[in-house]
Amino acid sequence: MGKVLRRTALMLFAAFSVAAAAADSRVPLPDLPRARHQVSATQGCVEPTEVMRKNHMKFLLHQRDDTVHEGVRTKKHSLVECINCHSSDDRDGKPIAINAPDQFCQSCHAYAGVQMDCFQCHATKPGS
Amino acid sequence: MINTSEPVNRDRREFIGKAAASVALLALAPGVKLVDLVFARPPDQPVSNAMRWGMLIDSSKCAQGCDACVRACDEEFGLERSARRELDAHYIRKLDVRDEQTGRMFSLPMLCQHCEHPPCVDVCPTGASFKRADGIVLVDKHICIGCRYCMMACPYKARSFIHEALHNQKPYAPRGIGTVESCTFCVHRVDRGGTPACVEACAAAGHDAMVFGDLNDAGSDIAQRERATSSQQVRADLGLNTAVRYEGI
Repeated sequence: MGKVLRRTALMLFAAFSVAAAAADSRVPLPDLPRARHQVSATQGCVEPTEVMRKNHMKFLLHQRDDTVHEGVRTKKHSLVECINCHSSDDRDGKPIAINAPDQFCQSCHAYAGVQMDCFQCHATKPGS
Repeated sequence: MINTSEPVNRDRREFIGKAAASVALLALAPGVKLVDLVFARPPDQPVSNAMRWGMLIDSSKCAQGCDACVRACDEEFGLERSARRELDAHYIRKLDVRDEQTGRMFSLPMLCQHCEHPPCVDVCPTGASFKRADGIVLVDKHICIGCRYCMMACPYKARSFIHEALHNQKPYAPRGIGTVESCTFCVHRVDRGGTPACVEACAAAGHDAMVFGDLNDAGSDIAQRERATSSQQVRADLGLNTAVRYEGI
């Protein structure tokens, strides 16, 4: 009887400590660097922010096929333009790679636990 | 059973194509001229087969020992030379050719020939290797699995495989590990109305051995020169109808 009680107490203690640790060390919400400019006075990004959060990958996928196969080179959903606007500069005024920790793409993707492979090929810093 | 050894009947394909085109021509709205399609394309319009990009290279003007085109290409795409030269990516190679019989020597740049019937596209198992409507043969690296069948199929040794992770790529020219790549005719420049980097470099070096333009536009420099003087395809016997042609070889 004493043995069972002791085991139960131990398990409860373990469960509580795990819960407490989780409450203290939850992954903090990403603190995104600000974009370089706004699309208009009322709208930040090329689509409303909620739409971009949910669907940016669909826009990029669509644009990628149009650009590679059909030569469509509009700027609205272009990855290059994302990087031009969403990258930030270091203290010397040099751009930081967009997939560096705490930068725009990586901070959110680390939070969501989603791996990007865009930047195996694509440039990570602004350019023409 | 399909007889795979039977050659493709191009005449038949051409006939069907022409028949379809003439039906399309009849269906055009009055007042719309086909000629209008040939001029500069706005960025939101897809490429069309109204044009076919091509290059004419005069090997008699191509100086031996000059590699201005190769260096310009390396610079444009960020191609680097490593200690393992045989594994490095190359879009253009400079070849010195000698006729064994006569001893005549000449020099020429060898690049993707942007074939009308590209063998690399035929063999690609994923559809990554493709020909754009305006004749530029490209690799869609998003769907390339790096199998390198296209490298084996290409008679011009035009393609390279990227063996190692790359950094600091150019924003206009994504390229990365595990994919095959080759000359793009500087598609990022062409789409903005420009000319390939190698052609500019050749002119800047004072050789003017390379001409780039629209083969379908009878008024273009390249079309007029190809009509007036004799030019050759490399390995014309393969029937690939290359967009790159050479004079003086």
